[in-house]
Amino acid sequence: MTPIASFLQDIDFIRSLYIAAFILFIVGLRFLNHPRTAKRGNAVAAVGMAIAVVATLLIEEVGDYGLIVLGMAIGTAVGVPAARNVKMTAMPQMVALFNGVGGGAVALISFVEYRESLQNAGDNPVLEQLIPILFAAIIGSISFWGSNIAFGKLQEVLPGRPIQLPGQQFVNAALLLVALVCAVVIAAGTESELLFLIILVSAALLGNMFVLPIGGADMPVVISLLNAFTGLSAAAAGLALDNVALIVAGMLVGASGSILTMLMADAMNRSIPNIVAGGFGGVTTVARGDADGRSVRSTDPADAAIQLSYARRVVVTPGYGMAVAQAQHTVRELADELEKRGVDVAYAIHPVAGRMPGHMNVLLAEADVPYEQLKEMEEINPELPQTDVALVIGANDTVNPQAGMPIIEVEKAGSVIILKRSMNTGFAGIDNPLFYNENTSLLFGDAKESVQKVLKEVEAL
Amino acid sequence: MDLLTELTILVLAAFVGFEVISKVPNTLHTPLMSATNAIHGIVLLGGLLLIGEAEGFLDELLLVIAIAFGTINVVGGFLVTDRMLDMFRRRPDPKQERGE
Repeated sequence: MTPIASFLQDIDFIRSLYIAAFILFIVGLRFLNHPRTAKRGNAVAAVGMAIAVVATLLIEEVGDYGLIVLGMAIGTAVGVPAARNVKMTAMPQMVALFNGVGGGAVALISFVEYRESLQNAGDNPVLEQLIPILFAAIIGSISFWGSNIAFGKLQEVLPGRPIQLPGQQFVNAALLLVALVCAVVIAAGTESELLFLIILVSAALLGNMFVLPIGGADMPVVISLLNAFTGLSAAAAGLALDNVALIVAGMLVGASGSILTMLMADAMNRSIPNIVAGGFGGVTTVARGDADGRSVRSTDPADAAIQLSYARRVVVTPGYGMAVAQAQHTVRELADELEKRGVDVAYAIHPVAGRMPGHMNVLLAEADVPYEQLKEMEEINPELPQTDVALVIGANDTVNPQAGMPIIEVEKAGSVIILKRSMNTGFAGIDNPLFYNENTSLLFGDAKESVQKVLKEVEAL
Repeated sequence: MDLLTELTILVLAAFVGFEVISKVPNTLHTPLMSATNAIHGIVLLGGLLLIGEAEGFLDELLLVIAIAFGTINVVGGFLVTDRMLDMFRRRPDPKQERGE
């Protein structure tokens, strides 16, 4: 062996490459927290992954390159077109599918590792390997099947509504118990592939049963949860295989994925126990997040700022709330700041916005908003489908599809951000279905303060 | 590596994972989930480590599938995240486009 080859195959060199990969993973995730650096963050993490793969291929014991190339070629041939061709609207189910195959890989690897430990060790395989193998098998299998069901629901292969089966809670508990009992029996020293297969199958059924009762609207949170699961199972596989790259990367995903799941649930006004218990128990709370349910998405100034500054066209729809808060000057400052970033801003003026005709025109003129930017309802409505973000400031009835009058049709915009004091109904006292739309998010608070906060966030971007 | 060293690494990695996610704007939730999703495709390494020692058709078949799955997870995951993040790309000034 040449000196170079022996250096490259030195386990210390390989571990150093792993360390480089960890740094790139962590920096990449950090970058992904911020819109400006997110794209770079993803690329950095991808480089980290490439390094980890190359380092592993250098390991002396790694062999059978023909089969490795075969597997990776199949994976690339499937993965690249799938990622390239998927429609933007179908992204969540694509992520579910990618997550599922990751979980499937963990389950398969743990099964093979178990079979090999039976062949090689002769006597009992060691417990410190068996426990992580069993853990990886159970979680990996749940994740694979759960993700597939999530994909099916989002792709509408399966009905998106919660599917309730009789005695679900009991069946789930029984499945988990079967998997755990078999795991304990194996860990106690029984060598049986059959038991291992039973574990995989019961975990697979559990994965199905866990996701089936959950409504389509909660699916992103569930996918995020399963994503964290897959990370944990990968870390467990790392313990079993004595591979530090798997341990670190898997655990990073397990932990960051859990935090992210909580953030997502918070943003949707849902609690994770609620979603999961709803699924497990088949309780009525499940329906809350559904299309015909009544849950609103609240947002924060930072998020609103990102949506606004990365939009091509923003239509501001002011109402009485802007007048009350005397927010017109701040609104103009925000519009100026957005225009500086190349965003096209217009104002949609409803004939009865405010408490008197022309109320909004007067206020906005006072704030030196150029007259050409003020658009009448008839003029702006046909333009709203080409608008990225409609920013509703203290207007309610004039954008309410159930108000029984012609309205500014903000719901046709790509997304709607509504600045609102509270969930009270408007002057007309009619509940507003717009608030519950999927592309609507609400920013609660005084109009002026909210606009100020958003302005500050836009400036910081 | 002995078990305790591995567990130490595991625990520390968990804390890094918790800390690395701060206050993420809602808009970035899905891309971030998708990127972490791609990272757990690292399980692909498990397939690489085992396949050299695998004997018999069944084990080799299962591992080739596992490697293919892991590769889909990694390659597809990073690509799809990249596409999602295209929405944050800066556009040319629309005012100049319109010749104002």
